[in-house]
Amino acid sequence: MTDVTAAGPTGAGKGSLLNQDDRTGKRNRAEGRFKMYGLIAVCIGIGMLVLLLISILSNGLSSFQQTTLRIQVDLPEDKLDKSGVRDPSVMSKVTTFGYAPLLRDGLVATLAANGIETELSDKDVAELISDESVAQLRNRVLANPDVIGTTIEVNALASGRIDGYYKDRVTMASAERDSNISPEQLQLADRLKEAGLLGTSFNWLFFTAPDASDTRPEAAGLGVAILGSLYMMLIVLVLALPIGVAASIYLEEFAPQNRWTDLIEVNISNLAAVPSIVFGILGLAIFINFAGLPQSAPIVGGLVLTLMTLPTIIIATRAALKAVPPSIRDAALGLGASKMQSVFHHVLPLAMPGILTGTIIGLAQALGETAPLLLIGMVAFVREYPDSPLDGGFFDPATALPVQIFNWTQRSDPAFVERASGAIIVLLLFLLVMNLTAIFLRRKFERRW
Amino acid sequence: MPTSWILLILAALGIVAFYVSRARAIGSVDGDARRLHSLPIYYGLNGAMTALVPALLLLAVWLVVQPTLLDRSILSDLPDSAIPEGSTPGLVMGDVRRVADGVEQGFAFNQFGTRDLSSLNTEAVGEILSAGGTALGTPLTADVLSAAVDYWQARVVLSWIMAAAVIGIALIGTAWAIRKSQGEFRARNVVEKGVLILLMAAASIAILTTLGIVLSMLFETMNFFRQYSWTEFFFNLTWKPSFSGRGGASELGILPLLWGTLYISFIALIVAVPIGLFAAIYLSEYAGKRFRSIAKPLIEILAGIPTIVYGLFALVTVGPLLRDAFASPLGLGNSASSVMTAGLVMGIMLIPFVSSLSDDIINAVPQAMRDGSLGLGATQSETIRQVIVPAALPGIVGAVLLAASRAIGETMIVVLGAGAAARLDLNPFEAMTTVTVKIVSQLTGDTDFASPETLVAFALGLTLFVITLGLNVLALFIVRKYREQYE
Repeated sequence: MTDVTAAGPTGAGKGSLLNQDDRTGKRNRAEGRFKMYGLIAVCIGIGMLVLLLISILSNGLSSFQQTTLRIQVDLPEDKLDKSGVRDPSVMSKVTTFGYAPLLRDGLVATLAANGIETELSDKDVAELISDESVAQLRNRVLANPDVIGTTIEVNALASGRIDGYYKDRVTMASAERDSNISPEQLQLADRLKEAGLLGTSFNWLFFTAPDASDTRPEAAGLGVAILGSLYMMLIVLVLALPIGVAASIYLEEFAPQNRWTDLIEVNISNLAAVPSIVFGILGLAIFINFAGLPQSAPIVGGLVLTLMTLPTIIIATRAALKAVPPSIRDAALGLGASKMQSVFHHVLPLAMPGILTGTIIGLAQALGETAPLLLIGMVAFVREYPDSPLDGGFFDPATALPVQIFNWTQRSDPAFVERASGAIIVLLLFLLVMNLTAIFLRRKFERRW
Repeated sequence: MPTSWILLILAALGIVAFYVSRARAIGSVDGDARRLHSLPIYYGLNGAMTALVPALLLLAVWLVVQPTLLDRSILSDLPDSAIPEGSTPGLVMGDVRRVADGVEQGFAFNQFGTRDLSSLNTEAVGEILSAGGTALGTPLTADVLSAAVDYWQARVVLSWIMAAAVIGIALIGTAWAIRKSQGEFRARNVVEKGVLILLMAAASIAILTTLGIVLSMLFETMNFFRQYSWTEFFFNLTWKPSFSGRGGASELGILPLLWGTLYISFIALIVAVPIGLFAAIYLSEYAGKRFRSIAKPLIEILAGIPTIVYGLFALVTVGPLLRDAFASPLGLGNSASSVMTAGLVMGIMLIPFVSSLSDDIINAVPQAMRDGSLGLGATQSETIRQVIVPAALPGIVGAVLLAASRAIGETMIVVLGAGAAARLDLNPFEAMTTVTVKIVSQLTGDTDFASPETLVAFALGLTLFVITLGLNVLALFIVRKYREQYE
């Protein structure tokens, strides 16, 4: 042994182990570089997450603010209710065209009352107000006919361009080139703001209002989409949880080792990796074309998402069942319980936290899924809220959060990009809450055996 | 009778069967439950099960089968002349169904002013239908109206027969269960057998789903190949569907779409595999416990973000950035949506996928191999490169294949980031399109399930399914084989 050491390549007296020779230095530098690559990769991953979130937040946060105008509007009886009986069914004959001049005159009068002078024509002044405000005014009057003949204060939505001006999306320079807005109108808006008649406030309508047409981004909201997503999640929960748990119990506790069981196992692991759009094709062909269910309905979306979520829930549930130690089963069987009783009375309750965690994660995945829903017609323009589930609301047309986002990205007005980013923030918040709940459940109830 | 009523009646019958069976079983042993074969609740459950399961099965089968059979019989009674040129039996049947609904409504609200069916004429019904907001494919004809009336009446009669049959079966089941409910009856065994069958049925849904996917796409694909030659589909180099003229006018070659799909997936993998792999190596071999516990969940958040979010990120941020920073200055094009955009963003999406799979695989390499290598004087990076990675290679290849299958099947990122133009090109800053984008565009909006332009989506879907299935099976095979090595 001593011979080898003495005759080693480094030789004696050439230096101590503490001094690196060239080769060791090279190897150590390679080590450092390699470690650095790893660190860089981790940083790129986290950096991309940060970049993604910043991009979404910077585009979308402003959609939670909305610019409105405070206007005094006269509601003359001779224009709105000639009969004078205040019957909404008669008054509804006056369309929004009848209300538009009132709002315009109201704005002009409000300008005059506050001493704001402008060279713009009345029509140009009226363009500051969103078309949607007219419909809102009409609905308000029809809901409460007693206001006719009085002057009421209206918080009218500003038009999309004015709204964009206060969110730095529209500038004086871009207004020059824009046929929908002029710099003079923006200046007028500025003066209205100085007078306290125009301001921004929290945009509750964004969460409750239905979608709006291409020309009214300021009025577009997520009401129908949130409701549709909620309906679908309900269906997924009601169907996927029992079916998934039943399937897992069978596979984990009862299934004999045979071809059929193997076939089921292979199918589940493959379904987990099938592209989601294929499930959309399945939904279109089976549920809509074959079974004749209506398009755009939450029931079809729910069914498709159920099939998509099942593998996730089954995999999670099986892991949870597997984690329950065999001694529990043996003890139950030893006390005379049947196999079925040992599973349902002892194993299942102990596995419940794991199952719930898996289910919530599966639901979160289903909530963000877009592609299959596009194929079953959820991308339609829906302004009507679906009925409550008891009145067959599952069969009414609706849309879903991610599909609404996609829908808005397809519109030309850049204001819809803001809306889409805002909707993504809402979607991510939902997902965050769901995942935090799952983590909380796991921390709180998980038992290590 | 509406189905919800039938369900309510069934529920009531089930409850009755539960309590009566249980009471009868206890009564049969003079109230001494110890002398029963099973716990009393099992007698009750057996009662409810026997009452409900056959009835519900019948109801389900009836609801599925009735519309198909009814449609067929109504259509066979319809003279050929009732189907106008350019229309299909399916469209006419749709009209018949809408008219039948309208007639039913009309009678419910007494809008016809008469209860006499034979006095209905096409004008009156047409008016009431259009007033109710029902739009028909073609103007209402006498044939369609009489078919609609037949349809409506048959539907009413059938629904009563169904209600009678279902409730009758439930009643027979209830009576049978109550009669059997004696102390000697092995109720628990029967109930458990029933539950086991239920569990098995739930597990079999996975097979049904796969079967449904394959069959639905296979049938429509065969329809498609009857109208469009398969050699053209697989080997034609252009994708140019035309929606104006039927047949012949469209060129539906899959190759440009496959090229776009593979090109984008390739770029995504170029991004995701090195980053994901190095991140996994760093996190499992170098990082301290605290760093790992923070960085790993952060990277995995990327996997939980819905793809539509990545899509918007590509559309709004990455696309314009790439165009202004690279494509335009280099003269490579001025499109914000490009192969590069979609590929990069998809790569980001796949990072956590690759890294967590590789992490598992690297952790599965036995510690003894590391210790052996380090003991021989190798540095840590040498150990990783020359021992751990080779040992984990099959698993890593499996992970990459799974990532590739994800990339090929990804939809929203390419819909928003890659563009819609089908072309065979090498320039990564050019907009190209993929199989999934075209499935979406051919199947949304107005679709006509008789035209090859719509049906091609099913052929595309089947191709996609086969490719991803092949990749998945291969990947699972490799991963499984590798796992066995060390277990």
